[in-house]
Amino acid sequence: MLTLYGTEVSSRLLLGTALYPSPAVMAEAVRRSGTEIVTVSLRRETAGGRSGGEFWSLIRSLGVRVLPNTAGCHSVKEAVTTARMAREVFATDWIKLEVIGNHDTLQPDVFGLVEAARILAAEGFQVFPYTTDDLVVAERLVDAGCRLLMPWCAPIGSARGPQNIDALRSLRAHFPDLPLIVDAGIGRPSHAAAVMELGYDAVLLNTAVAKAGDPAAMAAAFAGAIDAGRAAWLAGMLEPRDMAVPSTPVIGQAVFS
Amino acid sequence: MKLIVNGESREAQAETLAALLAELDYDGNWLATAVNGEVVPRAARPACRLSDGDRIEILSPMKGG
Repeated sequence: MLTLYGTEVSSRLLLGTALYPSPAVMAEAVRRSGTEIVTVSLRRETAGGRSGGEFWSLIRSLGVRVLPNTAGCHSVKEAVTTARMAREVFATDWIKLEVIGNHDTLQPDVFGLVEAARILAAEGFQVFPYTTDDLVVAERLVDAGCRLLMPWCAPIGSARGPQNIDALRSLRAHFPDLPLIVDAGIGRPSHAAAVMELGYDAVLLNTAVAKAGDPAAMAAAFAGAIDAGRAAWLAGMLEPRDMAVPSTPVIGQAVFS
Repeated sequence: MKLIVNGESREAQAETLAALLAELDYDGNWLATAVNGEVVPRAARPACRLSDGDRIEILSPMKGG
């Protein structure tokens, strides 16, 4: 079991709810993924509109926990205000904290992120910080009150997979007991398996599932890959070697010459 | 008075935030509100008096990653 701020979950896949061809396809992907946690956002509601209510009732019908985000926020004030509003609407202290620093890469503004995390943690929020793979930033986030970390492995929606394995390894080694969730940049199930094999605790996905040809089938494929990667990490993997090593016994081989 | 609601300029008669929501046909316990960048919880909306030029945000749950 994975424990996130005292809440135990058995699925190690967290799934986003955006970019699907339809709400029905999204709902089916959530079911097939086996996820227990989905991410949601807050956006402007048009006058007389009921879109938020319809979406919210669909999410509640899925029987999963929600992790509201502060996506699109570029300042500490925006992110903190959005988090406070999300807490009221979604009735949860969980917040996926995003403070975006660059329009092109959607790279977190790690300085603003640490500042916002400190403010929110002091208000009792349980912060899921979307961060880079920088070790010192990670230490600052923990110091600010974060009890888990969500480093990217590549830019959001890029589908490029782990770009800096050494940095991910370093984070795992420095925080052996802290839940580490790769958030952003995963493109295919093998990427997810790869980070799970590094000992990461979970993966947060959205685009790779939502934009697949068959999102529900891809959700199931990711679930399998994440389970396989986790099982491999627990089983202890063979380290790469420079030279070939025969697997069939050499002793007892017939001599025909 | 003139208000900025979700980024758009509007004329409204309402004197409180709760009344504004009713006037603009907003309904539902899933709405979140802020006035001039400060969160106004649901319970505080009836007592939240509005002034000319106030910037009001009315948000609701939406898909997200």
